[in-house]
Amino acid sequence: MSAPALEAPARARRRTPRRTWIALGVLALFVLAGLLGPVLHPYDAVATDLPSRLLPPGSRTEDGSLAWLGTDQLGRDLLANVLAGSRVSLVVGLATVVLGGAAGLLVGLVSGYFGGWPDAVLSRIGDVQLAFPSILLAILLAGVLGPSLTNIVITLAVTRWVIFARVVRASALSARELEYVNSARLLGAGHLRILLRHVLPSCWQPLLVAGTVQVGLTMVAEASLSFLGLGVPVDEASWGATVSLGRDYLGSAWWISTVPALALALVVLCVGAVGDAFRDASDPRAQL
Amino acid sequence: MSVEARDGALLKVEGLHAGYVHRVGLARHRVPAVAGVDLAVPAARTVGVVGESGCGKTTLARAVVGLRAPFSGRVEFAGRDLGTVSRRERRRLARELQMVFQDPFTALNPRMTVAELIAEGWRIHRGTVAPADQAAETARLLGLVGLGSEHAERRPHELSGGQCQRVSIARALALGPRLIVCDEAVSALDVSVQAQILNLLADLQEELGVSYLFISHDLDVVRHLAHEVVVMYVGTVVESGPTDEVFRNPQHPYTRALLSAVPSLRDRPGLPSREIPLHGDVPSPATPPSGCRFRTRCRLATEHCARETPPLVPRPGVGHPVACHYADGAGTTAYPAGNGS
Amino acid sequence: MTTAHESPAAEVRDLHIAFGSGRDGTDVVRGVSLALHRGRVLALVGESGSGKSLTSLAFMGLLPAGARVASGSVRVEGADTGEFTPRQWRAVRGTRIAMVFQDPASALNPAFTVGWQIAEPFRRRLGDSRARAREKAVALMETVGIPEPERRYHAHPHEFSGGMRQRAVVAMALALEPAVLLADEPTTALDVTVQAQILRLLAERQRAAGLAMLLVSHDLGVVARLAQEVAVVYAGRIVEQGDLDTVYAAPAHPYTRGLMDAVPEAAAGEPRLRSIAGHPPDPGRVPDGCAFHPRCAFATARCTTERPLLRTLADGRRAACHHAESVLAGTAPGGPYGGSDL
Repeated sequence: MSAPALEAPARARRRTPRRTWIALGVLALFVLAGLLGPVLHPYDAVATDLPSRLLPPGSRTEDGSLAWLGTDQLGRDLLANVLAGSRVSLVVGLATVVLGGAAGLLVGLVSGYFGGWPDAVLSRIGDVQLAFPSILLAILLAGVLGPSLTNIVITLAVTRWVIFARVVRASALSARELEYVNSARLLGAGHLRILLRHVLPSCWQPLLVAGTVQVGLTMVAEASLSFLGLGVPVDEASWGATVSLGRDYLGSAWWISTVPALALALVVLCVGAVGDAFRDASDPRAQL
Repeated sequence: MSVEARDGALLKVEGLHAGYVHRVGLARHRVPAVAGVDLAVPAARTVGVVGESGCGKTTLARAVVGLRAPFSGRVEFAGRDLGTVSRRERRRLARELQMVFQDPFTALNPRMTVAELIAEGWRIHRGTVAPADQAAETARLLGLVGLGSEHAERRPHELSGGQCQRVSIARALALGPRLIVCDEAVSALDVSVQAQILNLLADLQEELGVSYLFISHDLDVVRHLAHEVVVMYVGTVVESGPTDEVFRNPQHPYTRALLSAVPSLRDRPGLPSREIPLHGDVPSPATPPSGCRFRTRCRLATEHCARETPPLVPRPGVGHPVACHYADGAGTTAYPAGNGS
Repeated sequence: MTTAHESPAAEVRDLHIAFGSGRDGTDVVRGVSLALHRGRVLALVGESGSGKSLTSLAFMGLLPAGARVASGSVRVEGADTGEFTPRQWRAVRGTRIAMVFQDPASALNPAFTVGWQIAEPFRRRLGDSRARAREKAVALMETVGIPEPERRYHAHPHEFSGGMRQRAVVAMALALEPAVLLADEPTTALDVTVQAQILRLLAERQRAAGLAMLLVSHDLGVVARLAQEVAVVYAGRIVEQGDLDTVYAAPAHPYTRGLMDAVPEAAAGEPRLRSIAGHPPDPGRVPDGCAFHPRCAFATARCTTERPLLRTLADGRRAACHHAESVLAGTAPGGPYGGSDL
């Protein structure tokens, strides 16, 4: 009986927890690094400086500059590498989520709202794809398409759209049964209007939550592909590729693999924290 | 117009069967929540539909407005069979046939303002109200349902339940309907607010001549508002007629039991109860009993009731239609006369 | 009230319940005192948000997350529960004080048979053997009117109708023979014919066991079937309390009067219902003075500044209204603050 009124005071404004702010700050730093880093501290994949190879973090190179994070087996500065790599990671992560999210949104809306045979067909395709290990599919696609930034985004988007489609389908399915959707239908509203005005708005929030989670996972997937040599071309820096290259030197020069791996872990962790904050904010009790 | 003028009904429901489809593997079972209902709503009148959960009253409401496709039967509105009209025509008729839902909060899109909610119909049916006139028209409608123009820019969660229900009514009125189906429209509201909304509905009928098909489980509310009442039990109509007559002289054993169970301000603990107790559970609409559907719980039931379905017809000595073989106008033998009030 | 000299089975005194803490806290229940006596049913009547459900939950120490007893005391059989540890609370719940909730569907665990759930208190709390607990549960199911208890013992909640489920919930509440029974809207989720059956059951069990009972309801008709005494709450405070007959015959508080007038039954034969203008205030924005004054036809300037205390009237009932005598006499309505429609 008195439930609505009871909730009102309990819904007192929720503060954004401090760790969300920290995570956002770290992410902003990485974005900044990705934007400005390669300009201020350019990375050149073909330049080699063999005398300065395998220097530990904090060493001076041959030409006297300080290698904050050390150098790799060809004498390239690891800081420049990580900065350039952050650009690749972030671009791939975001572009994949935007592309996959858009595809998933479309498919999810159609199958969730209309149901029937379109839903059956689209859902079965999704099931089949999910049953197939996504990394295998990515390897297959990347192998066929060849290494390029665009291709890796396409590859990863193809492996990810199902997740978005499922999230959107679930929201569209429940939104379709909402009383206010029925009410719009009774006013004579067409499908397009109902989809855009009444169903779509309730799909954004879950899609956004799924998106933030997927940004991190996509970055890991990109690194895995690059690690396998199927990711970005060799003349571009990528965290995954660098981890892969440093693998042979784990005993003697641990920092080559560790530094980009730490960067990746940090970004994924922060994206996850932001994703959690989104999810909390979209808690049904906090809505309205 | 001419057709409806002849037999006087704005809405006519004939032999309606509707319900849900239950899927078991590939097989589809139709479960008729409404199994052969006839009713008519005249212009500027209110017809109440009462019954307990599972009686099919909500399915009936949804089938009438077209949210649920009937299995069979006819729904005729303003002289047109809604099952056969073109899609274009159906959308035009939507303007004249509106609905107010039970939960005022879920029936309004939380992301839209009151003004947007009211104007939505005009955006869909272009040419009804010119964009330049919409602000004035919105203000007029808000005034009509007892809200002020200061509410126009609010969103549903900034309003109370009663205010939301007023917005729902304004939204339904925006396209100038001739019939509003109210599905438990006041059930979620507190008593004092419920009274406000019931008065508003009555006033609107007087001013605008709108008809209501008023679905409710609350017999007191229906008794107050409706001119005619239809009593449903497991998908069928067991009794119908002018509200006063049915409440004062209920003839079907189910109607009597139902009316006797309504709590009254005059009840007291320890006072002898007026209640005619019902035993057993309501049968499932998927597997209704043969013959009269009430016979499994009826003290008057005989073998005749199991064999033959009693038709809903006026009985000797009874002024209104009753679907009971043994309705005779007097206090039906084993039953004490139900005191509706 | 007639048995007030006997010590109550349970009572709350000057109970305040707040959501949130410190300065952000909002009092939802603002000084309610109630005493439940053996063999008597007290009804707590009000609209949503009035704090009536919270008050009943406070008797059980079961306030929802975010709510707390800000001040005042809750006593169960004389013991102040303010000092209770969670273990002490558990010892009291079920054995001394029990509750029947509104929604029988969610009060039963769908994963266990109904019989098992009814028998559980016997096994867990009394340490009965399985066979003994089962025997007692079957007997109890019979008592609350569940037909064929032997067979239905093994049924799951979804195989029960709504009315049968509520009977099972009543059985669980009564299993350990508590002295106090709290019923929070026990029939609101039920159909009218089923409601009548459950009300009959509650009345019968209450009389048979001499229970002290608190009935929380928004339905004045339901209250009339069960209670001897009624307390009407508005915006977290009791505005009128007294014998049911006295209050129903002539309410002394304008809100009680408005509630009774708004019931369609009260307007039989009249074209319009007499509604109360406006709507109840949010807990955070309760008007100064008398909380009801913006909606009240009797309100005067005094009502906007001075909060009326609950005082005893000549006929023994209590009302919190400066103008209770006028309300009873039916005179001098329509002060300057007569509510407009919304």
